[in-house]
Amino acid sequence: MTRAAPRRWVLLAALGALMLAAAIASLRFGPVDLSAGRLFAAALGNGDHVAHVILFELRLPRTLLALAVGAMLGLAGAALQGYLRNPLAEPSVLGASNAAALGAVAALYFGLAALHPLMLPLLSIGSAIVALTLLFLLAGRSESPLTLILAGIAIATLAGAGISLALNLAPNPFAAMEIMTWLLGSLENRSFAHLWIALPCIAVGGGLLLSGGRDLDALTLGEDGAQALGVDLRRTRLRLLLGTAIGVGGAVAVSGAIGFVGLIVPHLVRPFTDRSPSAILLPSAIGGAALLTLADIGVRIIASTNELKLGVVTAFLGVPVFLIHLMRERRLW
Amino acid sequence: MVTLRLSDVEVTLGRRSVLRGIDAQFEAGALIGIVGPNGAGKSTLARAMLALLPARGCIEIDGADLATMTRRDLARRIAYLPQGQSLHWPLTVERLVELGRLPHLAPMSRVGAADREAVERAMARADVLDLRHRDATELSGGERARALLARALAVEAPALIADEPLASLDPGHQIDVMELLRAEAAAGALVIAVLHDLTMAARYCDRLLIVDEGRIAADGPPAAVLTPALLRAVYGVEASVETGGAWPTVTILGRG
Repeated sequence: MTRAAPRRWVLLAALGALMLAAAIASLRFGPVDLSAGRLFAAALGNGDHVAHVILFELRLPRTLLALAVGAMLGLAGAALQGYLRNPLAEPSVLGASNAAALGAVAALYFGLAALHPLMLPLLSIGSAIVALTLLFLLAGRSESPLTLILAGIAIATLAGAGISLALNLAPNPFAAMEIMTWLLGSLENRSFAHLWIALPCIAVGGGLLLSGGRDLDALTLGEDGAQALGVDLRRTRLRLLLGTAIGVGGAVAVSGAIGFVGLIVPHLVRPFTDRSPSAILLPSAIGGAALLTLADIGVRIIASTNELKLGVVTAFLGVPVFLIHLMRERRLW
Repeated sequence: MVTLRLSDVEVTLGRRSVLRGIDAQFEAGALIGIVGPNGAGKSTLARAMLALLPARGCIEIDGADLATMTRRDLARRIAYLPQGQSLHWPLTVERLVELGRLPHLAPMSRVGAADREAVERAMARADVLDLRHRDATELSGGERARALLARALAVEAPALIADEPLASLDPGHQIDVMELLRAEAAAGALVIAVLHDLTMAARYCDRLLIVDEGRIAADGPPAAVLTPALLRAVYGVEASVETGGAWPTVTILGRG
């Protein structure tokens, strides 16, 4: 197949426009729809009081969190796929998201978060580091996707069981409902305080992952090939581990474990790039921000007695991607 | 002019001693073949010369010890064509060849005009200019071998180490690859290739290093080292070696 060189800025501009449209829609739509005029007036500070409260205390932090968490998950998925040379890798499939959620749950329900505001993100990040280290130890050198997925499932299941156990033991009557929030993710009732926890972690983690694109490109030739091109694999691995753990850890500390965003987005953007791992990083971040924001609008406007969990919507979106992959593997088309 | 020198090199993987007492010196402008039976340590020797595995003893390139060099510095001096043709993402041939410029790029910088010229030169030498927009994972074996070789040539390093560059190629493509490696050597590069085909090795290489059970069993011009006695001792085969032509021809007669 002959391929013309795709234009990178066209893709970035299109994804940027989609992200912006999703963000504006996220500010407008919810249980109470705000018209464009009302939204604009509230944003300028001359609107009615209700619109002002809805915009600044509910929708704006929620939208910004959806953008930041989505960007981090998309970017982490793209970076992990590049590093492991495996199109099925992503933070939740590999157990990192669940492990980070376990850290957050432990911090919240055993009173550690009350000791210091940094305890929550730190425990979340620490748990993600432990999970990813374990994963790389179990499957890092194996090139078989099966080993990696099995190791990821084992870690994710263990962390999921840990969350359930922690909440069962916690002295909290609403624990059962909370389990769902941490395992499936939600951005309901998030404030700017949550944003200030997540944003610095996402900035640091995202920066680490974005700066490693060239090493991921070299890994297209395998580990020996990459090293012979001057790549220090230990540094690459450390950067990826810390970037994913800090970024995803910080994101999950406020949103819970949201699956599939990191899996879906790189698959959607890859055909519009030259397919090298570095070319997918930034588009996956912007695409992830747009996708999670749209999914978060979905959970608000789909009619149900309780608000749907974000992970439910992203899982519904993720399954077709797995199926397409399966069909390609079996050469059904 | 590059010189690669190995003194008393020893490699142990796990508890198994894979290479021991390797002494050799390689000079620019020569095509050197490393041959030997399966499991003799040929690829290990190639990988040791690229610092891809821990080795004892001393390996120097132009007097600089490999152990004290950064990976990037080493990558600019020795290009490597790894064994096998695996490529994990469906890059175009042009993008694949561009990877060869990574050792020359400053952090956060992009591929510049000089790099593009090097990529063009490499693609021209390996005859893959027509394939530049093709998906490298969908090429035929011969085309892909040339594309991967172009990637190694794009480094424009003074030395090139190729690990089994002829594996799974038909005789015509084997000749293409060997001609290309010889042209690189003739242009002043040091080219070291791990090979299996003794006749190909004898025909194209200036010097052969025969590795057996982790040691160098013979080292010299093909006509001098490829003897029936040595082939019997190293490979356990009866062979006749015809030395009347332009290059020695090895015919394997049977198990010795």
